Order: sequence, then C-alpha cells, then structure tokens
Amino acid sequence: MIFKGKVFKYRDDVNTDEIIPARYLNTSDPKELAKHTMEDIDKDFMKKMKPGDIIVGEKNFGCGSSREHAPIAIKEAGVSCVIAKSFARIFYRNSFNMGLPIIESAAAVEGINTGDSVEVDTEKGEIKNLTTGKTFRIAAYPAFMQELIKAGGLIKYVAKNK
Amino acid sequence: MGMTITEKILAAHAGKKEVRPGDLIWAKLDIALGNDITAPIAISEFRGSGAKKVWDKDKVVLVPDHFTPNKDIMSAEQSKILRDFAKEQKLKFYFEVGEVGVEHALLPEKGIVTSGDAIIGADSHTCTYGALGAFSTGVGSTDLAAAMIGGKVWLKVPEAMKFVFNGKLPKWVSGKDLILKIIGDIGVDGALYRSMEFTGDAIRSLSMESRLSMCNMAIEAGGKNGIIEPDAITKEYLKGRSLRKPVFYSSDKDAKYVSVKEYDASKLEPMVAFPHLPSNTKPISKVGNVKIDQVVIGSCTNGRIEDMRIAAKLMKGKKVAPYLRTLIIPATQAIFKQMIKEGLMEIFINAGAAVSTPTCGPCLGGHMGILAAGERALATTNRNFVGRMGSPKAEVYLSNPAVAAASAILGRIAGPEEL
Repeated sequence: MIFKGKVFKYRDDVNTDEIIPARYLNTSDPKELAKHTMEDIDKDFMKKMKPGDIIVGEKNFGCGSSREHAPIAIKEAGVSCVIAKSFARIFYRNSFNMGLPIIESAAAVEGINTGDSVEVDTEKGEIKNLTTGKTFRIAAYPAFMQELIKAGGLIKYVAKNK
Repeated sequence: MGMTITEKILAAHAGKKEVRPGDLIWAKLDIALGNDITAPIAISEFRGSGAKKVWDKDKVVLVPDHFTPNKDIMSAEQSKILRDFAKEQKLKFYFEVGEVGVEHALLPEKGIVTSGDAIIGADSHTCTYGALGAFSTGVGSTDLAAAMIGGKVWLKVPEAMKFVFNGKLPKWVSGKDLILKIIGDIGVDGALYRSMEFTGDAIRSLSMESRLSMCNMAIEAGGKNGIIEPDAITKEYLKGRSLRKPVFYSSDKDAKYVSVKEYDASKLEPMVAFPHLPSNTKPISKVGNVKIDQVVIGSCTNGRIEDMRIAAKLMKGKKVAPYLRTLIIPATQAIFKQMIKEGLMEIFINAGAAVSTPTCGPCLGGHMGILAAGERALATTNRNFVGRMGSPKAEVYLSNPAVAAASAILGRIAGPEEL
C-alpha cells in the first residue's frame, strides 16, 4: 500500500487520553469519535488535517489507557498511517488488530518535520520524505504476524482457528 | 537456563515446556475481562464475526464500572449492550450496579482471578492481578473479542526487569510509593514491552492491598505485566476466596533479567507525581507549597479497605480545608460495607468529605468530580495526563492515601507528619 500526506509531528509520550479524551467515550461510533481526534494535544487537528495525512510521534506513542477508540478515531479521521520511534504496547496491538497502519522507525522520525510531505510504500518497505528527498527503510512484520494479516485480521484468524 | 515466573506461566498456558523472550505464542486464557467502555466494541466485533456463543460463559467477565451509575443517555446505552449480552450468553460474572465495583478491586476480592492464571482485560490496569502471582495484561477491544470467540490471545514473551526492595518501609510509605519511585526512575516507557518483577524482603512484607496498588501501575512504566511471587500473604488472601485452584509459580535462581535494580526501602518517602506524567515524581519533602481544589481517594489503584483505614485515621476529628472538595470512593460494595461497620463513613462525613458508591468516575474524567480549567486535584489514582480528570487546563497530582488525606485537611499537598 502507498500512503501520501502532510505530516503532523508531536512530542514523546502522546497518550490515548490526548488522542481521544474519556469525556467522549460514551459512544463507540467511529464517526463521533473521529470528530475529537487529537483534541487534547492539538485542539485544531481536525480542522487542519486532510484525509491521507500522517501523524508522526517521538517515543512511546499511544501510552496510557487501552481504549481502542484511539486508533479507531485516528483511522476514521482519515489519517493514513502513524510513524513513531516506539509505540506503547497496547496501542501497537490495537492498531495492528484493527487495521491502522503503524510504522516504527527512529531514523524516519528524526528525518521528518511537521508540514513535510511524506510517502510511505509498505510493499517496498520505504518511507520517503518528499520535502527533503530522504528515504528510510521499514522493517517487515514477523512471520507470525503476517499470518494474521493474511487471514484478514485477528478476528477472522481466530474464528477460523478456534 | 531457568525461567522467570512470567515465562513459566506463559509456557504453561501455551502448552510448551519453556518459552523465551521474543517468542510469539498463543496463550490459553483463564479469564477475559471487559468494561462499559471497551466491551461494546468487543461485543460488536464478536457478533460481526458470526460467533454465536462465547468460548466459556464462566470465563468472560463483564464489569460496567467506568461511567456507572450511568452518567448520561449515551453511557446508559453502552451499559445496556453489556447487560443484554451477559443475559443472552448467561455469563456467570456480570455485575449490575448495586453489586458492581471497580473491576480490578472486584475480581481479586471475589476470587475470580487467582495465582498462576493467564488473564487479559480490555483495560490497561488489568496488570493489577500480577500481585497474586498471575500473568495479567491489558489489551484492547479486538483482543477481547478474539478471546471471547476462541479463549486465547497472541503474545510476545516479554523480557523481564527485576526490582528488589530490601529493608523496612518507613511509616506512611506504601506500595503506591514504591511504584511511583520506580516510574520516576525509569520513565513512562522504561519497561515498554517488558515484564516487571517486584521482589525483596520489603515486598514480601507488603499487604495484598499494597501489592495490588503496585502491580496496578506497571502499565504507567509501559510494562506488559507487573508480578510478585506468591508467598504466605498471597495464600492467606486466597484462602476461602479463590474460586479455582491456585497454581504457585516462582522464578528460577538462574532466570534471566535484562536489568536488576535494587532499592533500600528504609530510605524512601511518600512520593507525589506532578502534572502531566506519572514519572514526574518528587518525594513529599520536596513538593513545596502546592494548593489544591479537590482530593480524590479511590480507584483501582487505591480504593481498598486498607487505603480507607489510613485516610480515616488521619481525617478523624478534623475538617477538610475550606473550598476544597474531598471525594471518597470505595472501590467495591464489600469495602463500602466494611467502612460502615468500622465507623469510617462517619469519620469521612464528619470531616466534610463526600462518599460515593463504587465507580471509576473522576479517575478518567468520566463523571462524579470533574475539574474546571485552572483547578488542581490530588488523587490516589494512577494517571495525571493532560485532561485526565476534566478540563485540559486542569492539573492532577498523584499520591498515596495518607498524603491525600493529610492534604485534604491542609488544603495543600502535604505529608501526614505535618498534621
């Protein structure tokens, strides 16, 4: 898959309360949740972003609460993928399980700034910063996880392999 | 080479003789938990998969504790999804308002989780049950849905970090302070993807309440699980309580750890986490003059009977500071009843505190004690992120119940010795 968009870059330890505050968790409707994406770290995120845009975090992106509403909101908002130096483990699992593309690359994060245009090619395993011309490699998923992807996601895999 | 307690539990649940850090495994589960925020999504995915029946009606546990008693119409709809599903699936463990408590206080109290278990919960603080010597970790709604269908979870076996506390704990220092100390030292991602094992004679002398508080906050260092080897205190706690036969595991002497950190427990002080990260800690002696508008004593971290006794002891015969709201939230109905029996309710009410029915409520900025812009709260809860207890312009500080109670009386963050 190829994702192309403008970058919104944030600091270390962006937590899931900042991505989608608990005051909006009285629903699990993706459209309602998406309206408040990143609200407590970047109030105007939804006004500024365009579908396809990319969120970049430093280390430990998505820490805190296990709410899957966080990757659901980001995906429904139209963000094409999230790149960070590292992800908090529950956010990582949730994104993988529900199909929000997330990429761990310290080098890419160092070489990307807010406002840059970035293209991610998951087939080629490459992140290209179109603004600076720099290219970064993406590591492949372990075989175990690729099997889950091949099956069409965790739920489909489990339903078949009870 | 030996294995850690976490590796042994995971190997047993994966049907393997041994596992090593980095192995990707499918683990069979003893319990899978969801609440009124996370379970509705899991239930919707369960139905979407075409599944008709949960894998085991005695092992899927639903606890509507976050926005209950229902704070608004939308929350009521979320709770109803849990109730209808529990009825339809004839779940053994669904707790209606009136018997519900904060999930991570309720499950150990009722003996639903026990030593040697492998547990997942769609709530990040599911790591609490490591205090019983179980492997227990937080996941999201899709993982919960997969567990409801097939009874298993995919996991990467974590590397382990050992934290050793030796020496006698000073007065007013509890499990909460030990874990805040660790988080302050290693940071909110200091144990990312890793297992945190707590040991040493100071840990072995900790009450079960204090152990539960400590393991509860392993996630605040990014940990996959927090765990304490079962001992005489664990066995005493489980006696007449555990609904299934516990299995006691311990770490081998030659088990491998990526790091070992040692602490002299006798030199520790109560700790306070400043906004806006649990790692932003200071010992109470270095806090300075921080005025507060609200105190919250409760939550899955510190809403247990020992916490209530400590707070009541300090508040007895005193009044909370003018213009300060003090909210006391026992984590379960059994704790609530015990508070009445021991006269703690009277102490709190006479002091001018509000006492509430069990709920997660203000901890996550849900309801029952939301902060206005510019306000400051001291809470015995587990997170102090931006906007966590209400306005993104409010501030949350974290402490143990003794500091919270003393601060409620003095109107500023203060240690119990200052009373």
